[in-house]
Amino acid sequence: MSEPQKEFAIRVRDLVVGFGRQTVLDHLSLDVRKGEILGLVGASGGGKSVLMRTIIGLIPRREGTIEVMGQAIGGRRQGAALTWGILFQQGALFSSLTVRQNVQFPLRENLVLSQELMDEIAIAKLEMVGLLPEDGDKYPSELSGGMTKRVALARALALDPPILFLDEPTSGLDPIAAGDFDELISTLQKTLGLTVFMVTHDLASLTTVCDRVAALADGKIVAIGPMHELLQSEHPWVRAYFHGKRSQMLQHEMR
Amino acid sequence: MNSEPLLQATPSGDVLKLRPEGPWTAANVSVLETLSRSVGADVGRFRAVTLDMSGVSALDTLGAWVLEKLSRRASSSGRSAEFVGVADHFSGLLDEVRGVNRHTPALAAAPNPILLRLSDLGKATVGAREDITIFLQLLGALSMAVIGVLRHPRSMRLTSMVYQLYRIGWQAIPIVALITFLIGAIIAQQGFFHFRRFGAESYTVDMVGILVLRELGVLIVAIMVAGRSGSAYTAELGSMKMREEIDALSTMGLDPVHVLILPRVAALVIALPILAFIGSIAALYGGGLVAQFYGGMGPAIYIARLHDAISVTHFEVGILKAPFMALVIGIVACSEGLRVKGSAESLGRQTTTSVVKSIFLVIVLDGLFAIFFASIGM
Repeated sequence: MSEPQKEFAIRVRDLVVGFGRQTVLDHLSLDVRKGEILGLVGASGGGKSVLMRTIIGLIPRREGTIEVMGQAIGGRRQGAALTWGILFQQGALFSSLTVRQNVQFPLRENLVLSQELMDEIAIAKLEMVGLLPEDGDKYPSELSGGMTKRVALARALALDPPILFLDEPTSGLDPIAAGDFDELISTLQKTLGLTVFMVTHDLASLTTVCDRVAALADGKIVAIGPMHELLQSEHPWVRAYFHGKRSQMLQHEMR
Repeated sequence: MNSEPLLQATPSGDVLKLRPEGPWTAANVSVLETLSRSVGADVGRFRAVTLDMSGVSALDTLGAWVLEKLSRRASSSGRSAEFVGVADHFSGLLDEVRGVNRHTPALAAAPNPILLRLSDLGKATVGAREDITIFLQLLGALSMAVIGVLRHPRSMRLTSMVYQLYRIGWQAIPIVALITFLIGAIIAQQGFFHFRRFGAESYTVDMVGILVLRELGVLIVAIMVAGRSGSAYTAELGSMKMREEIDALSTMGLDPVHVLILPRVAALVIALPILAFIGSIAALYGGGLVAQFYGGMGPAIYIARLHDAISVTHFEVGILKAPFMALVIGIVACSEGLRVKGSAESLGRQTTTSVVKSIFLVIVLDGLFAIFFASIGM
């Protein structure tokens, strides 16, 4: 790694995470460059979400260091919302607040600003993720799956954090909605200059929006690079993942 | 790079030149708001406004929006406003922000307070009718389920019912016994204390016996069961509703009333009379202890007086009410559980409603029974 340190948004070194006797991540190292969209693939239950949750501090680590934007992290920090936005798999919207209040929540908690400006910013964010201002008064239980994801994205982006974590952003969406969502993420990433860390199983997302893809197997990153390099990888799990029946079928269709 | 954002306003002829500098980001939002407000008044006095963006070191959505708002205010009254010197990496964001907030949704006009009060009253009236309808519907569905079980006794969910019986009956015994014991003791103490003044101490036993067996024993136990088990029923069924478990049951061809509600209500109907009996005995025991240690009346006299004062009728009047109260508590708790909507708040609200409503109905029912028993001379 000869690149200078400030090129990296996230640096993970020798990370060990486990529960009880089970070791989920075993001396894992991973670098995420600033301004890239990194896709993380791995077997179900293989530790992808654990890696993400460890980086954002929800799961304690046994060994290793994690640096985010050049700062070592440990425990819960003040103003975490200014550093990163997180899109949880199920949206994790606060069910007793309206959509608008959900988007305003990080603003209200972290900044001092007038209600008028807060309303305008919330509507601006909703429009940026492709929702209507009228949707702001709905409650999360009244939203469809795709809208929930969009609102969750608007909330994650409320403070324009430099890093965005996405946990399976397109799961549960139909292919058209998933494609739209991919496009949205890529547009926002370009406009706002975000670094995106995306856990996904969606081969189409990996191919279309990710700059690089990292494959997690046996608690380690076994391959990392642009999609076409990963397709050439000799690692047995990576081969099985990208050259299995389902993947072959998809790639064939895409060509 | 400046650490504080700045906004320089230089008038030149008809044109106001604005030059924002430094980081225009969310972290500096309070400074940005002050800056834009201070310039906002000036903007109206010039024919054109230019925003020179070359001095901005960092920009995010919030900063871009504050600038865009300034430019919109300038251009709103036919003046011209333009951004100049926009760095390449900011232009995408500014373009994006230019598109948003173009149409504000029509805000609902502040409602007339009198009309609001009237509409609340109307909604509450309709809601009360709906409550009665739902209660009767569930009662009907429950009756159908009972008929179904009578026809095919094997279809009764016996395991589920026994488990509910264990939870709401057996596990409730200690707390029910403790509280009714204390209530019995308190009534006896008050009786001795006040009746002593006119020498009618021995009538304390009559009061304790009749009051506990006819009214208090069953009423206190029913209120406790409504708070303890009714709330649990509502929360259980509500969270099942939230997670679509009840829909899953229906799609498998099973009737939620039969599978979930009948065992619960049946368990309540069986458990409440038993608990009321245990509670009454505990209250009489508490009264007896007070009689001995406070009123100076030995156990033999207490029991003999009790024997004279009360008859099986008093016990029957109390215990006959228990199954009906259990039915009301069970139906209210289950119907409120099924009315839970998606949010966590609604689960809390329905649980509160369930407890308040079932306690209210239990007391109303008790009053109706009092009238009924009085008129048939029991």
